[in-house]
Amino acid sequence: MAQLIATAPTAIGDTAAVRVPWSVKMRRLLRSPRPYLALLGIAAFFLAWYLLVDVLKFWRFRELPGFVASIREWISPNPVYGVSLFTAEYYSHMGASVYRVFIAFVCATALGIPIGILMGWRRVFYGLTFPILELLRPIPILAWIPLAIILLPGRELPIIGLTFLAAFFVTILNTLLGVQSIDPVYFRAAKSLGFKQSAILFHVIVPGALPYIFVGLQIAMGACWFSLVASEIVSGQAGLGYKVWEAYYYVQFETMVIVMATLGILGYISSAFVRMLGNRLMQWRANMLAGVQ
Amino acid sequence: MNRGIARGGALSFRHAGKIYDPEGARVVALDDVNFEIAAGEFCVVVGPSGCGKTTLLNAIAGFDQITSGEIRMDGALLTSPGKPLLPGADRMVVFQQGALFPWKTVLWNVTCGPIQQGKLSKKEANEQATHLLARVGLTSIENQYPGELSGGMKRRVEIVRALMNDPKVLLLDEPFRALDALTKSVVQEYLLELYDLTPKTVFFITHDIEEAVFLADKVVVMTTRPGRILKILDVGIGRPRDYRILTSQEFMRLEGEVRESIHDEARKAFEAGEREMAT
Repeated sequence: MAQLIATAPTAIGDTAAVRVPWSVKMRRLLRSPRPYLALLGIAAFFLAWYLLVDVLKFWRFRELPGFVASIREWISPNPVYGVSLFTAEYYSHMGASVYRVFIAFVCATALGIPIGILMGWRRVFYGLTFPILELLRPIPILAWIPLAIILLPGRELPIIGLTFLAAFFVTILNTLLGVQSIDPVYFRAAKSLGFKQSAILFHVIVPGALPYIFVGLQIAMGACWFSLVASEIVSGQAGLGYKVWEAYYYVQFETMVIVMATLGILGYISSAFVRMLGNRLMQWRANMLAGVQ
Repeated sequence: MNRGIARGGALSFRHAGKIYDPEGARVVALDDVNFEIAAGEFCVVVGPSGCGKTTLLNAIAGFDQITSGEIRMDGALLTSPGKPLLPGADRMVVFQQGALFPWKTVLWNVTCGPIQQGKLSKKEANEQATHLLARVGLTSIENQYPGELSGGMKRRVEIVRALMNDPKVLLLDEPFRALDALTKSVVQEYLLELYDLTPKTVFFITHDIEEAVFLADKVVVMTTRPGRILKILDVGIGRPRDYRILTSQEFMRLEGEVRESIHDEARKAFEAGEREMAT
């Protein structure tokens, strides 16, 4: 009987997930329709632009910068309006914006996550802070601009402050939701197992809330770029938001499109970076989602 | 019965009662429950949904209070109305829906109890965990995450996690409910093997009558709302047990007896619409 017991489980319903190596994942991806559909979708967008603006000059689309002209301006060593991949001005605007988003995002994360966790963990703190958060959160970032300019000195701080604010609320709210989403059974288990409060915090609450926190951080990153551009338009002297408005003002439409595309690419990269960090920190979840279903 | 001597873990229930929402709906979950579980005894509680089995388990575990009577362990008061809740590692729970921390590896899950309580060093805990996991047929899964394991493996890991704390009482709330019949029988045999290895009081809840008689020294049949003790049966089948006893005369007689007493209750519970309050 002992023999039977020792050998049976491998045969009966016991299949542990096997980790899949990168090369295999890559091959699987290339064999799936996903990358080709993505390329096709993007190509269709640019083709539509090219046809509507460059070729057909359809309706008011004829006013817009042409696809070919914009690309040519972007990759030209001597751009007509002074902004291309080969000019220092391009990178100085990019640098200014990335710097502001970085500072604002880091501050929002560093403050928002602890506050959100405290709200989810301590009833009194939740009772104290949740109503005021819910009152402040719906105020659009654009409405905060005057107040930020009055309150914060200089031209740089109001922009960073506004960028921070948008991400801050999103991070708090998602962290709070993350803590609330944790199944109470884990708290019971932790208590049974003799966890102290600090162990519950670091081994149950923080990892349990992490999936929501990272969803929040991705949304927060989007919010950062959104409010950055809005505040740069209003009060900036540099940065991509400032440049997009300036280019419009001086009728440099190609430059305007270049800056917009740059914002899109930077937004994509920063989101992907947050997602990557999340996957790295939540190996358990990545394995579960990729595992045998 | 052939087994070592348990060090404590005798439970006694005296007039234990629980009323949910006493000012409003007054749902009587437990009513005057009286019985004893000896130290090291394997007690299985069966009854229809809503009969207060889980309420009883939560009271022993220290997750929830009772509203009348008392529960004692080895003579010391465990739960009574107004007494602060006191969950502890001397009464380990294996939860119905599973409660392995999905964000921690199997090894971390299994060793966290004794390490957090400062009872074992990390090295000692790791050694003991590897040993116990191997006993239930789980080798080289220490660094995997629970989400990568099958249902049957998870249940075994969870039982090992509970036993790592060397509890006096092991509380299991329908632990094998979600398993298919074959996996279930294998995991049941592992549980019995571990039980024979280290004697502990076991409080095991199930709907499954065959499972109850197969595992238990004592089967407690409960009635549905209000939850009362209907019948207590002693299962005199010797240990160690394996699947072959399932076809024995004695087993079938006992199973029939439990089934008969529970049948009317199950019908009553069904007619009362057991869904209005899940256990």
